[in-house]
Amino acid sequence: MLGIPDAGIWLAYLLCIASTILCVVYGIINWNKGEDTNEVSVQKDIEWENKEKEIDSKL
Amino acid sequence: MLLKIIITIVYLAIVAFLGVIGYKNTKNTKDFLLGGRNIHPAIMALSYGATFISTSAIVGFGGTAGVFGFSLLWLTFLNIFLGVFIAFTVFGKRTRKMGHNIQAHTFPEFMGKRYESKLVQKFSGGMIFIFMPVYTAAVMIGASKFLETGFNMDYNVALLVFAAIVAAYVFFGGIKGVMYSDAFQGTIMLVGMTILLVTVYSKLGGVTEAHTKLTDLMKNAAVMEQTAGLAKGGFTGWTSMPEFFSKYWWIVVSSITLGVGIGVLAQPQLAVRFMTVKSDKELNRAIPIGGIFILLMTGVAFLVGSMSNIFFFEKTGKIAVAASGGTDGIIPNFLDSFMPEWFVAIFLIVLLAAGMSTISSQLHTVGTAVSRDLFNTEKMEEKKSMLISRLGVLVAIVMTIVLAYVLPTVWDGAIAISTGLFFGLCGASFLPMYVGALYFPKLSKTAALSGMFSGFGASLLWMMFFHSKESVVLKACQAIFGKPTLAPEGTMIQFVDPIVIALTLSILVTVIVGLATKSKYEQKHIDECFEGIGK
Repeated sequence: MLGIPDAGIWLAYLLCIASTILCVVYGIINWNKGEDTNEVSVQKDIEWENKEKEIDSKL
Repeated sequence: MLLKIIITIVYLAIVAFLGVIGYKNTKNTKDFLLGGRNIHPAIMALSYGATFISTSAIVGFGGTAGVFGFSLLWLTFLNIFLGVFIAFTVFGKRTRKMGHNIQAHTFPEFMGKRYESKLVQKFSGGMIFIFMPVYTAAVMIGASKFLETGFNMDYNVALLVFAAIVAAYVFFGGIKGVMYSDAFQGTIMLVGMTILLVTVYSKLGGVTEAHTKLTDLMKNAAVMEQTAGLAKGGFTGWTSMPEFFSKYWWIVVSSITLGVGIGVLAQPQLAVRFMTVKSDKELNRAIPIGGIFILLMTGVAFLVGSMSNIFFFEKTGKIAVAASGGTDGIIPNFLDSFMPEWFVAIFLIVLLAAGMSTISSQLHTVGTAVSRDLFNTEKMEEKKSMLISRLGVLVAIVMTIVLAYVLPTVWDGAIAISTGLFFGLCGASFLPMYVGALYFPKLSKTAALSGMFSGFGASLLWMMFFHSKESVVLKACQAIFGKPTLAPEGTMIQFVDPIVIALTLSILVTVIVGLATKSKYEQKHIDECFEGIGK
């Protein structure tokens, strides 16, 4: 297959493409899922981000 | 030559500009408070990809594919499936949420706070500080090898030039707010590798034709003669797997595929990337970009590395590794000899981009490991804490330069070996504890510590006394036992990568100690860690 005689190799070749397709399909299906609007967690995110900036500024 | 210099300078100017813009943006607290953090999923994915893939993957592992062939595609498969899909869905979402819940900013801090253990934090921080330079050196060697060939300069001079670029980058704030410049570098890499793939396949007459030519190459008497040494180790051709359980099978499967493929799941500099987005939605959207990115990076590098044998043999009568003077020289020499000059100039910045984006994250990880994990600079005055983290980064840069100077003299294929070493060490030491942190609320601190120490200890011992690739160089086995490895002669044990032994052991130890000990966390702590996650 594909000019590759060894099944162990063309399987890897196809799995590379298949796993990329899996990533694309998963992304499309879940494109709008997972938004976090909970106020407490948004506040925690903001707290985290501010601290991150402070840490960065010391590097 | 002039073209290469001009393109490189333009590139460096853009990166510097983006670095400044990115950093200014991250400083703008008002914007953030009004609109919420808003790193675009494409920026996050490209930044993750550019951090993940470096000159090490393209030059080092691409060159290794020039020797071992398409069998390295198993690593690409793991890079996409484990390194992107599983990493984002199984690890990323929980890491993001828990990281924000417990306000962790580094991987060691995440572990330390989750397991309520300063020892976990300090030990992981120390490990990163000591061993990260080995991986950073691998990236630096890759970029320097390409500068060496691209500008016809001595390797040591190329190393100093690249080190000077990195030092300037760090000095002018290049490791702060790296998301935008990383994403820019990722885009350059994406374009460059796509052009490379299309060019190589079309020059060889198409996909199937190219593969057939590579398969047929092994039928040539001269090639068979040149690969006779490799064949003794189990090499059977560039389009077939090495003989089952042979020396090269163990190297390809255990060191390259498993060592790097699994190790990526517990990479400190990648784990923190998950925390930079505001919700799972951004992670979901980043997955497709990440998957395509990795396919086009390692997939192309490994295909081109393998197929370079056809080009080299037709022109010089020698296979790639022989014509290039070693594994790490294959990709740079291939591009320089068979691609148009304009493309080599573009590719030069692809590799600089790949190197810089990874090195900046590595140094960022070292800097924060020193300032937050090894020394708690939180309560120190600002100047002192800044001095400590900057000194940490400086020491890491010096260690990296020394290693990048020494390692190519002790190992052929130093890039892939050094990368595998760091990935393997992280995988064996951190992975069981990381899974436990995210999925097993009651896993005790003792179990986490035992798993980490056993994984780390077993890795080091296996490298020093059994895995001949390292034990021969480290010489501890020779000094103590009078022989380079304790592995019985005539067996394949000396080729079994440390990750196989050490990760198995650390998983077993974590599970057994976890079952035998009781956790002492207060319910409040567990609730805080797992808030919004579900146990």
